[in-house]
Amino acid sequence: MKLSGAEIIWECLIREGVDVVFGYPGGAILPTYDALNKYTDRIHHVLVRHEQGATHMADGYARASGRVGVAIATSGPGATNMVTGLATAMMDSTPMVCITGQVPLNAIGTDAFQETDVTGCTLPVTKHNYLVTDIHELAYTIREAFHIARTGRPGPVLVDIPKDVQNQVIDFIYPEGPIELPGYQPPKEAHEADLVAALELIKAAQKPIILAGHGVTMSGAEKELRDFAEITQTPIALTILGKGAIDEKHPLVIGMMGMHGEAAANQAIQEADLLIALGMRFDDRVTGNTKSYSPNSRKIHVEIDPSEINKNIQVDVGINGDLATVLRQLNPRLKSLEHKAWFRQIMDWKEDTNMRDIVQNSLPDGKLWAPHVIADIWKFTGGEAVTSTDVGQHQMWEAQYYPHARPRTLLTSGGLGTMGFGFPAAIGAKFAMPEEEVWAIVGDGGFQMTLCELATAKQENININIAIINNAYLGMVRQWQQMFYNERYIATPMVNPDFVLLAEAYGIPARRITTREEIEGAVEWARSINGPALLEFVVEQHDIVYPMVPAGADLHDMIRRPTDLVSQDWDNPNAV
Amino acid sequence: MKSTLVALVENKPGVLNRVVSLFRRRAFNMDSLTVGRTHRPDVSRMTIIMDTEHPGDAKKIIMHLYKLIDVIEVQNLTDQARINRDLALIKIRTTDAISRNNITEFTYRYGARIVDIGPDVTIVEITGEPDHVESFIRELEPMGIIEMARTGLVSMGRGVRSMKKADHESKRHTAALLSLQSNGNSNNGSTGG
Repeated sequence: MKLSGAEIIWECLIREGVDVVFGYPGGAILPTYDALNKYTDRIHHVLVRHEQGATHMADGYARASGRVGVAIATSGPGATNMVTGLATAMMDSTPMVCITGQVPLNAIGTDAFQETDVTGCTLPVTKHNYLVTDIHELAYTIREAFHIARTGRPGPVLVDIPKDVQNQVIDFIYPEGPIELPGYQPPKEAHEADLVAALELIKAAQKPIILAGHGVTMSGAEKELRDFAEITQTPIALTILGKGAIDEKHPLVIGMMGMHGEAAANQAIQEADLLIALGMRFDDRVTGNTKSYSPNSRKIHVEIDPSEINKNIQVDVGINGDLATVLRQLNPRLKSLEHKAWFRQIMDWKEDTNMRDIVQNSLPDGKLWAPHVIADIWKFTGGEAVTSTDVGQHQMWEAQYYPHARPRTLLTSGGLGTMGFGFPAAIGAKFAMPEEEVWAIVGDGGFQMTLCELATAKQENININIAIINNAYLGMVRQWQQMFYNERYIATPMVNPDFVLLAEAYGIPARRITTREEIEGAVEWARSINGPALLEFVVEQHDIVYPMVPAGADLHDMIRRPTDLVSQDWDNPNAV
Repeated sequence: MKSTLVALVENKPGVLNRVVSLFRRRAFNMDSLTVGRTHRPDVSRMTIIMDTEHPGDAKKIIMHLYKLIDVIEVQNLTDQARINRDLALIKIRTTDAISRNNITEFTYRYGARIVDIGPDVTIVEITGEPDHVESFIRELEPMGIIEMARTGLVSMGRGVRSMKKADHESKRHTAALLSLQSNGNSNNGSTGG
């Protein structure tokens, strides 16, 4: 069968199971777009309004489904606009393939119109990338790209394809057979010696704690994690990307760890005599000061990427393998354990946390607090929605007040902290999981970074709900200014557009909510609309995310929410 | 301290860039780097000499190197019996009989070779352990070195143990994994805002 390079691209995507791509056309990728005319019955193309949006949509698609997300862009500015999305996916290990057009082979290196060294630009923010210089290698390269993106520690892969390679025509034979990558063999099982060492530590521990991260879901190890924790009666703390690894209402779950984690979880980590880190990477937002981190514990680290073991925290037993496989090796050899005294201690810490909880304890004061909004969205969606967030205060409140019961239901930029991620990621997630209810919970700052995708949402009539938590501030930066920069609020107050009018300009129905009483009706209204709907929650401006471990401080050195919840002492955030 | 790493990589465009970029973005220091072919046309060999602050640094960079898809195998030769070779071409001013005599004598003593003699200059070639090359250069310095080129180090471990993966047989990074467990005590987590 004679096919052009452009047609080969689509043929390969179809064979990889791709049914939707997010993209934006341009000169160097036009042959591929022209060939798309032949494949519209099998592949749906979503026209985004900015290539960054395409990458976040592909990312959201991948996070929600576990399948590889695909984004397409043209050369030069099209490709460079993808860099933020690639870096986001790289930091959070999302399987993604980006295809970019490149200027023709003979123009490469001449500063041609819309030429950029895309493989050079994206080298540090991709798991791997390719420049295809020979059409005969095109199909194999795309196959390899998908293989690398979805296996091992997943990540984004970029394939840069010159325009003339897209135009060339060859006899197309799809390359079957195994993929040969001598330098790429993701590990699977643990070594026996490591298992024995881990089992000994587990047996001896009096105060163990599991740290569950994104790797649990990436590896599909949710059941194995639950079994492990239940047999050994070990409490679980979650990283933000670990949320959903186990039902957060499970009695063994203490909560999220880290900078804005549950105080009890951080206290337990500091007091523990054994950390069992499963598919997480001891990010600085999770550890605080590494020198004082969990000082009295032995440490087991199960991780698919060997470079993460002993990178930030020295461990006693490092197990390099696929988490589900390793837990399946470990679990049958575990003995039932109990840690009653340890649990009593953790419950005491939790008591204190509950006492300070704004949602549980605050009296009706006529004000709309952001945590109330999140807690009520949780309540009125039955806790079953797929939510995506931007980055900042609302993200942390989402993590604190929207407990997730199932994997792949919280999509958030944990590693890179990319503002503008939430809204396009929600669009991508809805394409991946059309049966799921999808909410983008975003801040007024982040939303404005990618709000051009309102047009995409409208054009696709994609059924998602957008909740803007509007405090007319870059809230988290403002919080740092309040706490650490003596309340010098520079460059954080925002003059925002009328978000309701703005949405309506795009043809998207919208409502503004200013009191807690209106939340239920508004959420129900948004859910009843078949297509995108936007809710703007005008919340209190000077709220703070508690608890907080200041950057670089000891993990146990948390600033807690004052117990006097209603009339908070704003002048002294350290008041307890 | 200095660490000596040998990496077998796929002979593909951009591989050198990937390796160098990795050292840069992970803030490791490269002291010298040589790249060349091997007996297999699809495999290139790199010898990397790096400055390491902490004992665990070499292990860390090896793990990161393995993450590069095109890197097939990495060996840490630092504490192993190995052959090191450095090559230097040195151009010396030799305008009279005395200097020509001197250069002949030094060259003979160090097992170096005169590879070019002109009316005013002589080019000598020396190959050997880096210390040997260094001391030869020090001897020549008073005569006036006009130009010098050095290749950087290539290293090979002694004994029968070879870099297996060049033959694509063992694909798990056994050597690296075994060394994963032991020492390395740098808890240098960053704590920026």
